[in-house]
Amino acid sequence: MYAYDEIDRTLVNERVSEFRDQVKRRLSGELTEDEFKMLRLQNGVYLQLHAYMFRVAIPYGTLASRQLRQLAHVARKYDRGYGHFTTRQNIQFNWIKLAELPDALADLAEVGIHAMQTSGNNMRNVTSDQWAGVAPGEIEDPRIWSELIRQHTTLHPEFSFLPRKFKIAITASDHDRAAIKIHDIGLRLIKNEKGETGFEVLVGGGLGRTPFIAKTIKHFVHGRDILSYIEAILRVYNQYGRRDNIYKARIKILVHELGIEKFSREVEEEWQHIRNSSLQIDDEVIEDIRARFSYPAYEKLPHMPDELRQAAADPDFEAWRKNSVAPHKVQGYSIVTISLKPVGGPPGDATAEQMDALADLADKYSFGEIRVGHEQNLALPHVAKRDLPALWKALDRLGLATPNVNLITDIIACPGLDYCSLANARSIPIAQELTRRFANHELANLIGRLHINISGCINACGHHHVGHIGILGVEKNGEEVYQITIGGRADENAALGNLIGPGVKFDEVADVVEDIVEAYLALRERPEELFMDTVKRLGVEPFKERVYATR
Amino acid sequence: MTSPLEQKKIKIAGPSVVTANRTWDGIVVYRTAAKGWSPDLSEAAIVRNSDEAKALLAEAVADDVGAVGAYIAPVQIGEDGRIEPGNLREQIRSTGVTIGQPAQV
Ligand code: HEM
Ligand code: SF4
Repeated sequence: MYAYDEIDRTLVNERVSEFRDQVKRRLSGELTEDEFKMLRLQNGVYLQLHAYMFRVAIPYGTLASRQLRQLAHVARKYDRGYGHFTTRQNIQFNWIKLAELPDALADLAEVGIHAMQTSGNNMRNVTSDQWAGVAPGEIEDPRIWSELIRQHTTLHPEFSFLPRKFKIAITASDHDRAAIKIHDIGLRLIKNEKGETGFEVLVGGGLGRTPFIAKTIKHFVHGRDILSYIEAILRVYNQYGRRDNIYKARIKILVHELGIEKFSREVEEEWQHIRNSSLQIDDEVIEDIRARFSYPAYEKLPHMPDELRQAAADPDFEAWRKNSVAPHKVQGYSIVTISLKPVGGPPGDATAEQMDALADLADKYSFGEIRVGHEQNLALPHVAKRDLPALWKALDRLGLATPNVNLITDIIACPGLDYCSLANARSIPIAQELTRRFANHELANLIGRLHINISGCINACGHHHVGHIGILGVEKNGEEVYQITIGGRADENAALGNLIGPGVKFDEVADVVEDIVEAYLALRERPEELFMDTVKRLGVEPFKERVYATR
Repeated sequence: MTSPLEQKKIKIAGPSVVTANRTWDGIVVYRTAAKGWSPDLSEAAIVRNSDEAKALLAEAVADDVGAVGAYIAPVQIGEDGRIEPGNLREQIRSTGVTIGQPAQV
């Protein structure tokens, strides 16, 4: 948990009253939409197909139970009783009325939640590993650094009017759960030989129209220099970045055009000017932030409590445990992933009732803390193993115990044409159909780890390029057509998927995915060979043959 | 956003309406013949040629307090005179998402 200080609270409250005034002036006609648009975007308000959409930040994916309850309250009072968790540790409300938005913002401000940095050409919500602070083997809690960067860049003039939006992600584990290689800047927390904390800095990752995997720009930047180094990157970007062409404005294009060597030389030169400035971070600043993160008073608990041993006889419990429960850095505890991917449901959606109930379960079993991950699932980060059976029963009653975490039905999907004004095709119904096709848990388990990612247009909010199977909706002669890629991944070995062939129609997508999966099951050398490994070994060809042989 | 009037030449291929999102709550609305907005497609003013479309759009865009993002959208007129959305996007805007919403499941 992080305790915000007075400055933050004042800032958030000021923003709410400013926005209230702006909305009033907009509704009275004093402000035109042209004048108002920038202002609403600064407060996370987009206009979608059916209504305004309101995007709220969940910094580094950490939520307190009272905050989750307040999100539930906003969903219930101002929206249609649900919210949508996104791939960037945000939550979106789809049906908010502009006239009521200031009230919703004010209600959220009561619990320290805001919508700053969720839209516009600025530094966006700094994301992190949803298991930060609890993952075994983690070098250090990356959220301390996320928070440092958040504080430094929030409303900082230099970061508020960038050529384009800017996204940073941080991880401190070997296994990258924060998808740092598809961010504008990715930071991997490491230690040098002296045991000092620093970062491997990656730059220029991103998806969208022109996808790139980030490249390493510097192997070690000392922690105390990280702000000046990021600032140097941003200065070079600000100086060269293409403001003339929205499609070329992201830093990934600049890095690609200049080349990583030249780009890093420019950054290095800029950095030498500013590294010994006030941007150098004192240890006290870090310690002060560290002190604001509180960790639970864990008990000394057995590794294998009786409750868990007994519950192991129940195959349903075991099915859930195997996929949803991960080791914790403290013995006797676990990290529990809550699947927001029920069979037939829209990925990432949670109802107000589920949010409320989950907040209660977090209080009871997870020291009042909830996490939000980029896969559009939630997690309870500190569950005593002895409580797992009871928690599972409670989650199951709420429809939150689908045993599919990391399996084929744990799909990432953007809102697509059902909600999004930029969409070319629907995403959610494709995901729903796929979850029905692969609803059989034995089958899904047999297939093993397989991520399907779906976007409704080239903006790639659904991360289709890095899905093991990626599905991109496009429009052709007024019809929805889907391009299918395989072999993408978003982890430490991030890669972009390859197209398997011509696009297919809406009704055919699930069949094609079935074909790909059947081909995989037939081609894999042994059950442990994951889909990704088979694709790596054999390439696209055998899958392509299988899919198009009969089409 | 620059005004859609300047953005592109207006040319329509068949019967069309002007649609936008109502400013205060964002819901989908259609420009009516009575120079107002209605959430009901059946009350939309139908335009059949580019000049009519241009005029209706100009009038709609001028009412920036009433609704935002006005544009011309195709419709189909059924045999019984019913107005139907002309494409999937407009279908979804008119009748809502094609999926169950979680709170109703
Ligand atoms: C429904 C309203 C949304 C709109 C209008 C929207 C718009 C956009 C646009 C225009 C881009 C491309 C920006 C660029 O390349 O410069 C983008 C990227 C992105 N969006 Fe969204 N988005 C929406 C919803 C979402 C949702 C629901 C998610 C999460 C599931 C999401 C996650 C992302 C991510 C991760 C990217 C970055 C892809 C990249 O690296 O380029 N967005 N969005
Ligand atoms: S990928 Fe396209 S369709 Fe999907 S949410 Fe992003 S902008 Fe909308």
